[in-house]
Amino acid sequence: MEVIKLKGTDDTPTIILDKDNGIFEISGRSLPEDVTTFYEPVLNWLEDYQDEANDKTVFAFKLVYFNTASSKLILDILMKLEEMHENGKEVVIKWFFPDDDEDMEEAGEEYADIVDIPFEQVSYTM
Amino acid sequence: MDKSNVKGFLEFVYDFYRSMKAHEITLVYEGEITHQITKAFTSLTESNMAKESEDNSVQKKVFHVMVECLQNISKHADSFGSDDFLFAGRGIFMVSKGKKDYHVTTGNVIENDKIEELTEMLNQINSLDKEGLKQLYKNQMKEGRLSEKGGAGLGFIDIARKTGNKLEYHFLPIDEGSSFFLLTSSISRNA
Repeated sequence: MEVIKLKGTDDTPTIILDKDNGIFEISGRSLPEDVTTFYEPVLNWLEDYQDEANDKTVFAFKLVYFNTASSKLILDILMKLEEMHENGKEVVIKWFFPDDDEDMEEAGEEYADIVDIPFEQVSYTM
Repeated sequence: MDKSNVKGFLEFVYDFYRSMKAHEITLVYEGEITHQITKAFTSLTESNMAKESEDNSVQKKVFHVMVECLQNISKHADSFGSDDFLFAGRGIFMVSKGKKDYHVTTGNVIENDKIEELTEMLNQINSLDKEGLKQLYKNQMKEGRLSEKGGAGLGFIDIARKTGNKLEYHFLPIDEGSSFFLLTSSISRNA
């Protein structure tokens, strides 16, 4: 499968989707001008990945900021992963948040409530 | 401008400057809100706050509120009149900083037939406590599909959650078809 590797900017996150090396990560800031267009390749990639997923997929979110428009697209990504999980693949979400950022921690908790996938909250020091 | 007009204009500029100072306005803009403008204003305000060693969580809140307010104008401001130069997606944007709080204020034209729905939405948000806002946000995210403009009604809820304050708003009539919608959000500096 092709590898998606996007370098983050001040308004778009770093994205790595690499099946062979088992790296699935979205990190940084997310407030793209057009969220739907920006995340479309990610959702398409996950759609293809579903059929040939690794035995275990650990998907990491390490965001420091996302706007409300991005929050909906993040949920769409999580729902794709939930589908994979329902279809018997092992999927784990790791939600990283800066240890002094309650809002980001809470955002993780809210997503964990909405989707039914193993969800790990991981705090780190910036 | 003839000479007396120039003098009058320059006096107006001084008055304008003094009222900005009196209202502790640190940023004011009128015009089209583009993505570039949003990026420029947020990074300018961020670097000012960092320079003034503003509390980290206050900085984050101001950033959140600014982004959502600017996006509301760019996606939802209606055009006023039929003249070509009056196009949609523009409005006034203002940041003021007092001793106790920051205020982020927006003003834009909206069509009168949207007022009822907007008022309902704002009143509903203002009636909810922290837990209620959280539930509403989750429901909107799950059920509310992104409109073609990319707004999901989440912006106002997010502002209320992040600031912990009520959304203060006002409509002023322009003509039979449209009104000016003003919204101000305050972010407390003693986080």
